Amino acid sequence: MLDFSTVIFYMIMFLSAYIQVFFLVTFLENRKKIIRRKGSVELISYPSTTVIVPCWNEESTIDRTVSSLLDLDYPKDKLTIFIVDDGSTDNTWNVLQKYTEHFNIKIFHKENDGGKYAAVNYGLARATSEFIGCLDADSFVDKYALKRIMTYFAKDESVMAVAPAIIVDSPKNILQNAQRAEYDFGVFLKKMLGFMGAIHVLPGPFSIFRKKVFDELGPYRHAHNTEDAEIALRMQEHHYKIEHCPDAYVYTVTPNTVKKLYKQRLRWIYGFLKNATDYKHLIFNKRYGAIGIFTIPAGLLSILTVVYLFVSMVYDLGSNIFHKFVQIQTVGLNLSVQVPSFDWFFISTKSIMFITVIFYVLLILSMMISKKIIEGKARLSFDVVYFAFLSSILAPFWLTVAVYNTIVSKSVSWR
Amino acid sequence: MNNNNQTDWKKYVIVLFITVGLFLLAGYLSNYFNNKKMDQLRSIQDKISVDLLSSETQFSLLQEQSCKDINNTILSQELSSLADKIAYSENNIGSSDDVIALKKYYSLLEIKDYLLMQKISERCGMKSVFVLYFYSSKDKCDNCVKQGYVLDALRKKYPDFRVYSFDYHLDLSAVKTLISIYKVPSDLPALVINKQVYSGLKSIEDIEKVLPALQNIGKDSKNSKTD
Repeated sequence: MLDFSTVIFYMIMFLSAYIQVFFLVTFLENRKKIIRRKGSVELISYPSTTVIVPCWNEESTIDRTVSSLLDLDYPKDKLTIFIVDDGSTDNTWNVLQKYTEHFNIKIFHKENDGGKYAAVNYGLARATSEFIGCLDADSFVDKYALKRIMTYFAKDESVMAVAPAIIVDSPKNILQNAQRAEYDFGVFLKKMLGFMGAIHVLPGPFSIFRKKVFDELGPYRHAHNTEDAEIALRMQEHHYKIEHCPDAYVYTVTPNTVKKLYKQRLRWIYGFLKNATDYKHLIFNKRYGAIGIFTIPAGLLSILTVVYLFVSMVYDLGSNIFHKFVQIQTVGLNLSVQVPSFDWFFISTKSIMFITVIFYVLLILSMMISKKIIEGKARLSFDVVYFAFLSSILAPFWLTVAVYNTIVSKSVSWR
Repeated sequence: MNNNNQTDWKKYVIVLFITVGLFLLAGYLSNYFNNKKMDQLRSIQDKISVDLLSSETQFSLLQEQSCKDINNTILSQELSSLADKIAYSENNIGSSDDVIALKKYYSLLEIKDYLLMQKISERCGMKSVFVLYFYSSKDKCDNCVKQGYVLDALRKKYPDFRVYSFDYHLDLSAVKTLISIYKVPSDLPALVINKQVYSGLKSIEDIEKVLPALQNIGKDSKNSKTD
């Protein structure tokens, strides 16, 4: 007879494998539609676009962000840049003064009274262009990103927003390398969700919207400090089409310490859970398609899986330590070093073992496809090892705390 | 507007079938490798059976031979390794009929080896350095786990020390007879040393005290190393 924890483990692994297979089948269905362009593309027309850059104490990164926007391969008279200083207390405002001479840059200063969403809304209220985007002040765009994104709008009138491919900028330590593998994998997942019409986040770095989205659905909301997830869910609720452009590269600076990463992820996961609660009417409701039947349940399941596996791992570790303690208590500490002999007999051949192996094979396959989408060549980077560490050892902490915070409704701060 | 909101149920079903297929594949692979392990156990037991028969034959010839020609260390190690593998199979493959049958066969081999060792000890005047150990796999027995640690430690300390372990609740008439001969109580763990039954957890020192011959084999093995 299987015990209760084994049954739960089988169920979780089955559903997790189901999700992985779903992504891979979606890839096989649509692989020919994934294009990776080199260099510039030409459009029949270049619609007017405003990019809003909210910033708060970004004196060290804002120059690079604005420079990348100025370098965009897009007609300058069609591109307006709004820089909204959200009440910075450092030298950001003074740094921004040098851009006053640029005809297509407008600088605004507002009091810091609401967080990032309020700063973006400040810009939104003043934008008149056909398309509107946002770029976080810790991110930089690739020269061709905007044109490539615009091809999706040009090709399909029903496309209301396009998300870019976010790549980690110059990772310098293990933590950032782990995040690079994670972000790369995210490009694959986001593209597949795009094919399914089930994208649930339009990230702050350079998601581009038709202005009518905000005109019809209203501006960003506070949304538990994850306004980028809420706007995507609101759009899905109203059946607005969201696409993903995997060759519109946006480079972002990721947290370089565990503390910063913990804070960021706590906000993301808490925001996801709270927004999922706010939009619970979408879940398993066939009217809303894959966003409710697949994306949100899959996200909830992945949180549950990581927390469950971590608790199991801690329990097993505790159990082993206890047995070792009993052994030492019974026969004393044996300090003699014995060379362990290898015998394949003692390698587990339980079904659970093979299921776990199959799951990881599917995962690795997906990560290789991610590299293929981004770099044009399927390969397995060593970052995957760091990513495994990040997702199995560190992630359970913020996931568990985020679940707890959601249950007790303890909100998390933006900064 | 988004046309993708029409749910493609066919795809959900196809993915379900693929996932079920992958799980069936995992089950098949598990079964295949478990059977390989069972085959390996059977082959080890067959080899031990032949070795045991050889020892018995060798013993019958003893009347005309010297006692020192009896080789009794190899079998002990093989039995110990087999015990580890059967215990592992019981915990990881489950108490399937195959595992139980192998466990019964193993217990019979142990009894045969034990009887042979008893005869050798008596005829050659060797002091016995073996114990019968009864444990429970049916009920939760924390002291059985601890007794296992003690016996393992003794085996490491005295490589020639022989432990014949028996599952008290194994449905095998030979084991039941052994229990009845030595009047082994159900209060486990229990040890039989020099035909004397000791119930409850016994420490390394307790066993060394009631089995002084252990000290000799300890010295012998040290001497043979320095030789």
